Amino acid sequence: MNLLRTLLIRREAGIFVMIVLFCLAVGVVKPQFLSLNSLRIILLLVPLILIGAMGQMLVLVARHVDLSIGSILGLSAMLTGMMFKFYPEIWWPLGFALAIGTGTALGLFNGVLVTYFRLPAIIVTLGTLNLYRGLTYIVSDAKQIDRQFVPSALKSMSQTSPMFGIPWIIFMSLGIAALTYVFVRHSQVGRQIFALGSNPVAAPLRGINAARVTLLVFALSGALAGLAGIMYASRWGFVNPSNTGNGFEFQVIAAVVIGGVSINGGSGSVLGTVLGVLLLGCVAAALPLLGIPGTTQSAIYGAVILIALLIDRSVRQQGIKSLTGRGVPA
Amino acid sequence: MSARETAVRPAWKIALYRPETMTFMLLVLAMFGASALSPYFLDIAYILDSFTLSAEFAMVALVLTMVIICGEIDLSPASNMALSACLFAWAQSSGIPMPIAIGIGLCAGVVMGLINGLMVITLQLPSIIVTIGTLTLYRGLAQVIAGDKSIRVPDWFIGINNWIVLGTPFTVLLFAALSLALGLVLGTTVFGRQIYLIGTNEIAATHAGIRTKRIKMSLFVAMGLASSIAGLLTASRLGSVRYDLGLGGELQMVLMAMLGGTYIFGGRGTILGTFLAAWLLVVASTGMTVANLLPAVQLTVLGILLIVSIIATNFIYSRTQR
Repeated sequence: MNLLRTLLIRREAGIFVMIVLFCLAVGVVKPQFLSLNSLRIILLLVPLILIGAMGQMLVLVARHVDLSIGSILGLSAMLTGMMFKFYPEIWWPLGFALAIGTGTALGLFNGVLVTYFRLPAIIVTLGTLNLYRGLTYIVSDAKQIDRQFVPSALKSMSQTSPMFGIPWIIFMSLGIAALTYVFVRHSQVGRQIFALGSNPVAAPLRGINAARVTLLVFALSGALAGLAGIMYASRWGFVNPSNTGNGFEFQVIAAVVIGGVSINGGSGSVLGTVLGVLLLGCVAAALPLLGIPGTTQSAIYGAVILIALLIDRSVRQQGIKSLTGRGVPA
Repeated sequence: MSARETAVRPAWKIALYRPETMTFMLLVLAMFGASALSPYFLDIAYILDSFTLSAEFAMVALVLTMVIICGEIDLSPASNMALSACLFAWAQSSGIPMPIAIGIGLCAGVVMGLINGLMVITLQLPSIIVTIGTLTLYRGLAQVIAGDKSIRVPDWFIGINNWIVLGTPFTVLLFAALSLALGLVLGTTVFGRQIYLIGTNEIAATHAGIRTKRIKMSLFVAMGLASSIAGLLTASRLGSVRYDLGLGGELQMVLMAMLGGTYIFGGRGTILGTFLAAWLLVVASTGMTVANLLPAVQLTVLGILLIVSIIATNFIYSRTQR
């Protein structure tokens, strides 16, 4: 009972146990799931979601939500792809600058609307989700950027590896996660995000510039979505105006909430989010092996979001109970 | 501004500052703009016919308006439409008699509304995230049921939008009737006033003896029922059902409510506003189609409209709140 309680309260441990149990269960049915090769498949599924999840985590901690990241990913990837297409001789790492810059600008636009016009993030980003997707069609003239236009150096980032046969983009995404960890644990602004999310009324009274912090989380979320955009081009080798990034926001939100980031703001951890992403990756990798058709993926993401919400609620009530020694006030 | 000065403000000025006035003016403006693009535009039959394409969303938007006034939001109705329609189509294609299949579709919608309501009201979870989750879940389940195929519906079921009653397509008439009914409920009944009160201050409403939970639950269930009816009507209009039926419809529904001056933080808004906004949206998007704008450009315009309309509504309310 005590162990169970620790697991419930230390969310990271709980998710880790869930990952292990899930992998063992799948391994019993299909032994080939417990192999290095399937680890490779899982790891290749997650880098984009991991990067998007870091940004979404910050936004959720600050008590907002960003639905537009899928479209930001699409638009950044499209602009970068068009740069490669029309200026083939350009130095290819400039693509990173363009993708991240585009993402930052689009994220800042969300942030300005939320901060200075005092609009709810959910409606703003529902609007920009469609606005940015529409812009992607307009700038690309609804044409796909095909494989031959994406520089082979960029594509090889998803195939060649510095060590252990693990491709570059996985190291990059883990690096982003490490940076985010340092940022939220050890920088003043990082702590301010948590303070603002825990109590948006008290934080400004303690001298925290709420507008600046809000703008920052949206800009970071956009920047990371932009980075995910160029990595999409690297991973898949093409950019399509309608598919690229479509539904990305739901995968990311599912991963983040299962990683224990509270939807009421103010709490969440990088480790939990990383584990949440991994769990989602394991599920996604196990489905085809178990013969479950890919059409069930979206339903599973939805179910995962709802289950994570329920777990989040019961954890919060456990916490209140252990603090007050009483039941939850109705 | 003192209370006395507020009291002498003339009625026309109060009317002028209402967001519905803005919607109405925009509607007139859009009519002029669109008729300048094409002389055929002022043909009333053409506008009515175009409206049948959005009538299903517009019906759900009416109920959504009440949900938003009550201080909650539901982003799942478009997915609900798809899942109810898929269940209905799957049931009738596997040999279940039509009336029962229709019943299955409608019941599914009610159950989906109940699930949203249970999570939001009984479990006290924020409706925003809950309905993002069910938005994904319901659409995903529709995909599980229908796969990537489209399911045909019987010939006699097809084309409810082509029924002409009193010179008006049936679905448009249904939308008008629903607007009238819900407008009366919201504007003249105790139930309607209670919805406004809950949206303005839920705690105060509870202390005033209003059964907030029951009212909110009934609105979520109504939302589910309206969505499933809309799903079946769409199935009838399209003649076949795929899992992506009504994809992205939540944008249009929220947009109709917002353009009609419903206050996103709850407590304000009218059915009349949403009614006008639905027409505005149809005129605007038909106008864009007549002007040969790509659907992608229209998507952009809808996104911008949504943001502009909430900024404008917030501005109007902040001016009149004194």
